[in-house]
Amino acid sequence: MDWFNKLIDTYPVFLKGMLLTFELTVVAIMIGIIIGLFFAFLKISKINILVWLSDAYIFLVRGTPLIVQIFVFYYGLTSLNMSQFMAVVLGLAFHNGAYIAEIFRGSIQSIDHGQMEAGRSLGMSVSLTYRRIILPQALRRAMPPLGNQFIIALKDSSLAAFIGMYELFNVATTFGSNTFDYLTYLLIVAVYYLVLVFLISLLARYAENRLAISD
Amino acid sequence: MKEAIMVKVEKLNKSFGDLHVLKDIDMTVREREVVCLIGASGSGKSTLLRCLNFLEIKNSGKIFIGGEQIEEHTHDLNQIRAKVGMVFQHFHLFPHMTVIENIMEAPVHVKKIPKDQAYEEAKELLAKVGLSDKANVYPGKLSGGQKQRVAIARSLAMKPEVMLFDEPTSALDPELVGEVLVTMKKLAQEGMTMIVVTHEMGFAREVADSVIYMHDGRIVEVGHPDQLFHTPTQKRTKDFLDSVL
Ligand SMILES: Nc1ncnc2c1ncn2[C@@H]1O[C@H](COP(=O)(O)OP(=O)(O)OP(=O)(O)O)[C@@H](O)[C@H]1O
Ligand SMILES: [Mg+2]
Repeated sequence: MDWFNKLIDTYPVFLKGMLLTFELTVVAIMIGIIIGLFFAFLKISKINILVWLSDAYIFLVRGTPLIVQIFVFYYGLTSLNMSQFMAVVLGLAFHNGAYIAEIFRGSIQSIDHGQMEAGRSLGMSVSLTYRRIILPQALRRAMPPLGNQFIIALKDSSLAAFIGMYELFNVATTFGSNTFDYLTYLLIVAVYYLVLVFLISLLARYAENRLAISD
Repeated sequence: MKEAIMVKVEKLNKSFGDLHVLKDIDMTVREREVVCLIGASGSGKSTLLRCLNFLEIKNSGKIFIGGEQIEEHTHDLNQIRAKVGMVFQHFHLFPHMTVIENIMEAPVHVKKIPKDQAYEEAKELLAKVGLSDKANVYPGKLSGGQKQRVAIARSLAMKPEVMLFDEPTSALDPELVGEVLVTMKKLAQEGMTMIVVTHEMGFAREVADSVIYMHDGRIVEVGHPDQLFHTPTQKRTKDFLDSVL
């Protein structure tokens, strides 16, 4: 019961942390989606230098730890004088952009080439065919892995604690060290993460179904 | 009196890398004419159609559409393609749009026709292909024959001057072939200029004004169906017909 009482007692602070965690993740994923689309198209372009650029970016992101990427934005690029929020968001966006690029590339290339041909044969330009025909279908196929990536990003946002942001994880460890009772607060924070992940899963499924009316 | 020339091809050549697929193709199709293209697999029939719609770009030769020579680098090919309808073996309907949205897509977004006008025209086209009751259905719910009729309507919505069909019934179950051929016959009777790659010799006999037999990237023989099917002048034509009939 003690655990439950502490959960109730601390909820205003945890909710604040949860909101910050959620904001960090949502903004990062939105920027990551733009970055991802951009690099996916570079890769699909089949223009050597652009493909190479895209490969280099993905190699860089995959090959280095996220915490290093976040620290580069916050401590490394001090001349940019970034806020903590900005640094974490950009670090997460830079990181997730690479994975999202691969998700989009795969889903775009999974669309039957006949769709492009049909669009072109009706007089639609390549870009119009992408916008009206290919991307809407690709987006729907990208929904499950995107939801997955969202969940990964949410959990990764806990690294923001290491540059001193009071998101969920930091709230938990602060309570833990003040009371010498880490376990209680780690179990409490686990509940908040689970709730968030559950909500995101529902959201992703809803989005997928909304886009799935066709089949 | 002879009709005006709708499609004219002169010394058309097309290669994929080292593979020379179309060799010195010459052909003329007049307005309101129905031309059937026959020939063995790999003879270049699809490639020829795709060159006429500029989905493939020729290596050399001349292509005239509606009396105008089309140059790939100076003409707006999107505009040309809008004038040359294409129906594919595998339909390629847009699965995320309803039947009527499929038909309205290009008129609204390419020709910028007002939506309600495009809607009315799409309704008429659906009636014409006998699918008025399917307007709000998604393609996934249609049979193959119905899909192909929607694809024909979608193509017609751009009011093309000539329609290309690439084996429009080859992917269909035998019992669904008839409904698509009926739709195509109706189009032919209304005076649509059509170039049809087909294995349906019955259709060619009944509807075509001329039949072209292709072999290995060349046009071997051209003739009225009665002549070409019964008294082919080339041995290769005769051998091919013996093998398919
Ligand atoms: N995009 C391409 N790249 C390379 N080779 C191609 C391409 N398209 C067609 N070909 C080749 O060109 C030749 C002619 O192909 P085409 O599709 O025009 O034949 P077809 O007469 O339509 O045959 P089918 O009856 O099987 O449809 C074939 O050898 C084919 O492999
Ligand atoms: Mg073919």
